[in-house]
Amino acid sequence: MTEHRDYQGAKMGMWIFLFTEILLFGGLFVLYSVTLGRYPTEFHEASKLLDVTMGTTNTVVLITSSLFAALSVVGLQRGNPRAAKGFILLTLGLACCFLVIKYFEWSHKIHAGLYPGGETLVQWEPGRQAFFSLYYTMTGLHGLHVIIGMGVFLWVWTRIAAGTCTPAHFVALENAGLYWHLVDLIWIYLFPLYYLIT
Amino acid sequence: MTTDAVSPGFMASGGKSWVREWLFTLDHKRIGMLYLWCITAFFAVGVLLGLVIRMELFWPGKDFIGQQAYNAIFTMHGVIMIFIVVIPSIPAAFGNLFLPLQLGAEDVAFPRLNTFSFWLYAIGGATALISLFTGGGAPDTGWTFYVPFSAATTTNVSVAVAAVFILGFSSILTGLNFIVTIHRLRAPGLTWTRLTLFAWALYATAWIQVLATPILSITVLLIVVERVLGLGIFDPARGGDPILYQHLFWIYSHPAVYIMILPAMGVISDIIPVFCRKSIFGYKTIVGSSLAIAFAGSLVWAHHMFVSGMSDTAVMVFSFLTFIVAVPSAVKVFNWLSTMYKGSIRLEPPLIYALGFIFLFAMGGITGLVLGSAGTDMHVHDTYFVVGHFHYVIFGGTGFGMFAAIHYWFPKMYGRMYNRKQAIAAALILVVGLNGLYFPMYLLGLEGMPRRYYDYLPQFTSLHQLSTYGSWITFVGLALMLWNLIRSRYRGEPVGRNPWKAATLEWTLPSPPPTHNFDTEPVVTHGPYDFSQVRDDDGA
Ligand code: HEM
Ligand SMILES: [Cu+2]
Repeated sequence: MTEHRDYQGAKMGMWIFLFTEILLFGGLFVLYSVTLGRYPTEFHEASKLLDVTMGTTNTVVLITSSLFAALSVVGLQRGNPRAAKGFILLTLGLACCFLVIKYFEWSHKIHAGLYPGGETLVQWEPGRQAFFSLYYTMTGLHGLHVIIGMGVFLWVWTRIAAGTCTPAHFVALENAGLYWHLVDLIWIYLFPLYYLIT
Repeated sequence: MTTDAVSPGFMASGGKSWVREWLFTLDHKRIGMLYLWCITAFFAVGVLLGLVIRMELFWPGKDFIGQQAYNAIFTMHGVIMIFIVVIPSIPAAFGNLFLPLQLGAEDVAFPRLNTFSFWLYAIGGATALISLFTGGGAPDTGWTFYVPFSAATTTNVSVAVAAVFILGFSSILTGLNFIVTIHRLRAPGLTWTRLTLFAWALYATAWIQVLATPILSITVLLIVVERVLGLGIFDPARGGDPILYQHLFWIYSHPAVYIMILPAMGVISDIIPVFCRKSIFGYKTIVGSSLAIAFAGSLVWAHHMFVSGMSDTAVMVFSFLTFIVAVPSAVKVFNWLSTMYKGSIRLEPPLIYALGFIFLFAMGGITGLVLGSAGTDMHVHDTYFVVGHFHYVIFGGTGFGMFAAIHYWFPKMYGRMYNRKQAIAAALILVVGLNGLYFPMYLLGLEGMPRRYYDYLPQFTSLHQLSTYGSWITFVGLALMLWNLIRSRYRGEPVGRNPWKAATLEWTLPSPPPTHNFDTEPVVTHGPYDFSQVRDDDGA
């Protein structure tokens, strides 16, 4: 069968897929808003326990990685695969950074017994427990998306290296970039909802 | 009966190993075939489980299986039938087989993704089966996995919902693939108003698949999170809310009933004009009603929750919206009947199944209105009336749509014709069987027999027995149909390109079609139901 290339089709498919991802998180955002409506003061209290500095750092890290992702697409479009590969590595580096910070945040909370079933959390009223249940679910699912995004970028990197993702056919990289922007975008909503509602 | 050789077409072996040729195939037709066979196999399993349920209910009290086994069996019956059989049935099997052909395309937009969807389907199906035999025993929650029970039970719910998650992902990717295919790969001249109604139905379905399924994915994921990690999402003691689960579940699962029925309606809309030699009545209304169903169907989920403690205003609003969504379905029925009016009707098996569809679907749809009016629903909610309703629409609707599709496209898939008398006999037996099986359920429900019960009061005995007899008749009909098809696949009379003299593109290809669909890209000059230029290839 002849290789069939359809730039617009590939982009369209990616956009529709991103839409399903938004809906996936949308379910969680609905849960969040209903629960927030029910326990406004408890959410307010619980939110104080999160580390705003770490959250802010992570936001900056992720936005910067998104910039590098965009630069790698531009690099390839301008006919420079080496630059594209370099920017991908920078993106991946910052993604690692994000995960490491997240790891410290989580392990710190878990040490303090602030996890579902943990000794501190079980003694609290349902509202605060709900806050942390949702916090772990949503940031956890987001973290999973970061890891998937890294996998996608690694794969595109090998395709550029192998010469199958080229300045003439860059849609794979472009779609990876779109995915990464989505991951970034979701975090930009998660950050204020969890860290800044105090 | 002859056994002349038929050119194998896309089924021809290319000399590679069977696994490479089939499981790694990129050909949409082969993928469609794989789905068809898997769905048929799972359907057989689901039917057997259903027969066991009916047997157990023959007498009140214990007949031959225990309560826990009963709960597990009706749960797996539901999970298999809904998520593994009915939802993928027509889109994944016949959509893959015939959508690209009807568009004049070489394949779907993303062939690799298509193979991947099939793998996900196979893995999801296998996972569902694994959940039966591992862990704390087969899940016993019912196919809706309602919390708090699904969060608390020790049976293997986590694995079962993981299966649903994987299957959902497969469904999303199929929908995505079809949307892009329909937008990008239509042959020259194939404008949107020359699209077949089957393609239109798949298009509307695909959007529901893409927009509704992610909500199901996240919902079942939350059950896993709650069970495995102990996070309190739906547990009130930990700040959760079980009613939210029902909202999230039905926000997917009500639209999902249209994933089940719209493709069947598309098949019926393609079949009726061919066997009446008349262009479809109201092409644009049918298209519009498909899109309207897809849209309005997304707004009515809470009619499953009238008695779960919503506000009275919400109940009234959702009741009203439910009535609205019945309108486009009725519009389609009127369009089909108007198409038949004064047509030159040929009562071939596909048309018989289509008529069975219209009759049974109407029986189910009308009782849907009884359920959709909050007042009457209070009375019959969670009774056998609901069971009767959804079996009429799902089995009588989607199931018959599937059977109609098989009988319509069988000669195209295999290059052979089945025994028409037997096919018609099977259809009639099935209509009798289904009414015997499900009509008593309406009466049981009206008299107050709750659904999902292992035991019942003695006054319900005769209606239950009637229903069980109906299940046997249904089984005979299914067995006859299957036997006829399997035998004809090897020994049926060879047919040419266009035994029904239909006007859509797939019938211009040899039967079965070659691996490369079209030698030269077809140029479309007329609509799908314009029979004036159809060539008589077979003299049939
Ligand atoms: C189009 C095909 C349809 C399918 C495949 C379908 C399927 C189903 C299914 C599977 C259920 C049972 C859910 C459960 O297990 O609790 C159900 C219940 C229900 N259906 Fe349908 N349905 C269809 C059409 C309709 C229509 C047209 C209406 C109304 C106009 C309707 C109204 C209802 C209502 C109100 C219930 C909930 C009953 C209760 O739980 O008390 N359905 N349907
Ligand atoms: Cu519904």
